[in-house]
Amino acid sequence: MNAWRQLWKNRVAKTSLIVLGCVVFCAIIGPLALPARYAALTQNQFAPPSFAHPFGTDLNGRDVLYRVLEGAQISLLVGISGALISFFVGTTYGLIAGYAGGRADSLMMRTVEILYSIPRLILILIFINAFDSHVKQWLAGHGWTRLIDYSKILILILSLGLIEWLTMARIVRGQVLALKSQQFVAAARALGQSHAKILTRHLLPNLVGVVVIYLTLTIPAVILDESFLSFLGLGIQSPKASWGSLLSDGAQVINPIRSNWWLLVFPALVMSATLLALNFLGDALRDVLDPRTRQSRGV
Amino acid sequence: MVAFVFRRFLSLIFVLFCVVSLTFFLIRLAPGGPFDRERKIPPQIEKQLLAKYKLDGPLHQQYLDYLGDLLHGDLRLSTKYRNRSVNELLAQSLPVSATLGFAAFCIATTGGIWLGSLAAVRRNTPIDTGAMLAALFAISIPTFVIGPLLILIFALKLQWLPVGGWGSWPALVLPALTLAGPYVAYIARLMRTSMLEVLGHDFIRTARAKGLRRTRVIYKHALKVAILPVVSFLGPLAANLLTGSIVVETIFNIPGAGGFFVNSIQNRDGFLLGGVVIVYCALLVLLNLFVDISYTLLDRRIKIT
Repeated sequence: MNAWRQLWKNRVAKTSLIVLGCVVFCAIIGPLALPARYAALTQNQFAPPSFAHPFGTDLNGRDVLYRVLEGAQISLLVGISGALISFFVGTTYGLIAGYAGGRADSLMMRTVEILYSIPRLILILIFINAFDSHVKQWLAGHGWTRLIDYSKILILILSLGLIEWLTMARIVRGQVLALKSQQFVAAARALGQSHAKILTRHLLPNLVGVVVIYLTLTIPAVILDESFLSFLGLGIQSPKASWGSLLSDGAQVINPIRSNWWLLVFPALVMSATLLALNFLGDALRDVLDPRTRQSRGV
Repeated sequence: MVAFVFRRFLSLIFVLFCVVSLTFFLIRLAPGGPFDRERKIPPQIEKQLLAKYKLDGPLHQQYLDYLGDLLHGDLRLSTKYRNRSVNELLAQSLPVSATLGFAAFCIATTGGIWLGSLAAVRRNTPIDTGAMLAALFAISIPTFVIGPLLILIFALKLQWLPVGGWGSWPALVLPALTLAGPYVAYIARLMRTSMLEVLGHDFIRTARAKGLRRTRVIYKHALKVAILPVVSFLGPLAANLLTGSIVVETIFNIPGAGGFFVNSIQNRDGFLLGGVVIVYCALLVLLNLFVDISYTLLDRRIKIT
C-alpha cells in the first residue's frame, strides 16, 4: 500500500503510531502480566513514586500504574467502539442524504443543524443517567448477568457513538454530492445498476480516505467525552477506572499540605500522549489521503 | 433580515420545546424519585411532598402542567434545595457562570486572534513554530487536566493565586485561563491559516505600495478580512464554553450553574435540571443567531434571506 509507506515516512505519524502501539500493548498486556499484588488494596496509602510503585499508590493503596493501565483499557474501548458506531451512523446518514438529494436531503440536513444547536453532552449526561438502571434490568432479565457490571460502559459507548456522528454525516454528504455528478456514477446508472450497488460499489470506495481521517479524529473526541463524563462522576465509577475517573480522583485529593501530584500527573501524561498521538495521526493521514490539503496544511 | 431572525426564533422555540420534553421524560421515566432516601418516608408524607412539587397525577397531565408553568416563566421549586425556586437558584448562580464565561470568551478571542496573526506575520520563524506547537498541545490536552495542573503549579507550589472559590479577581484568573486555553489555541490556528491566505492578496500589496506602515496594513486591512472564519467559530465557541464551564466550575469550586447541573442529575432534581438545560439551550441558540447576524455585518458579500 502506497499510503502506508507514505505514512511511515512521515516522522510525526511514525512517532504517533509507535506511541499508540505502546499504549495499546501495555493496556492489553499490563494488567495480566503485572503480579497480583499490584491490583490488591493495601494499607500503603498515598505512597510517592518508588521502585516498587513507579507511579505511586492511591487512596486505597492501589498501584497507580496498574490503575492507569486498567483505565486505558476502558477509555480505549469506549473511544474505539464509540467512534465505530458514529462511523456507521454518520456514513449511512450522509450517504443517503447526499445520494437522495432534493427534499429528503434538505430535511435530513436541517435535522443535523438542529441537533448541532443542542448542547449534546448535556443531553447525553441526562440520557445515560436515566437509562443506566433500565439497561441493568434489561440485561438481568435476559440472563446476561455477566454484563451487568459493564452496563454503564455499554451505554456510554452507545450514546457517545450516537451523538458524535454529526460531523461525519456532513462531510460524507458533501463528498457524495460532489461525486454523484461525476461520469462514472452516470455510467453505472446507465448500465442499470441498482441504487444500493451504486452506493456501496462506486461511491463508498471513493469515500474511504475522508472517512478514515475522521474516524481517527473521532476516537480522541469520544475518549475526551467519556473522560469528561467520568470526571464529573457521572460516567465510569470506582472500582472501575477510566482516565477521566482517575483524574477526578486525583483532583479531589489535592490539598495545600500534600499535593499527591502523582495521582494527577501520570494519568494526565498517558492520556494526553494518547490524545496527541491520535490527533497527529489524523493530521498526517489527512496529508496522505486527501490530496487537496497536501500543499497548504489547513487548520 | 427580519424574516431570517423571525425564522430563527421559531426554530429556537422548537429546539427548546424538544429539549424540555426530552429532559422531562428522561428524568421522570428513570427509576428512583427525588424523595428516595435510605430511610423510607411514610406514604402519607410522600404523598404530600409529591403534591407540593406537583409530581402527582398521570404523567401526561404533569407534563402539560409543567409546560404551562414554563410559559409563565415559572421554573418551579427545586426538590433538593427545598422551598427555593429554580428561578431564584438560577438568578444567583447564572451571573457567576456568565462572568466566568465572558472572561474566558474575551481571553480566547483576543488571545487567539493576536497569537494567530503574530504567527502568520512571522511565518516560519521560531515564534511561528513555537506558537503552533503550543496550540496543538493545548487543543489535545483536556480542560480537566490543565485545570488541576494549573492549581498544582500556581496555587500550591508557587502560591500566587487561590486554589478555588469565588469573589475576588485573583480567583477568576485560573478558571478563566483553564476554560479559554484550548480555544485560544484553536482560534490561533484558524487565524493563522486565514491570515496567511489574506496576506497573499493583491489589496495587501496595494496598501503596502501606497506606503502604509506594515502594522497598519496588517491590523487594519488584513485583519478585517482574515477574522471572518473566527467569527463563524464564535457560535460553537460559546457552546463549548458553556459545557466546559461545568467542568471548570467543578474543579475550582465555583458556585455557578454548572454545579447545579451535576447535582441535579445525581439528586434526580428534575425541575432544577430542566431550568439549567433551558437556560443553556436558549443562550446557545441566541448566541448562534447573534453570530450569524454579526457575520453579515462584517462581510457584505453574504446576504441572509
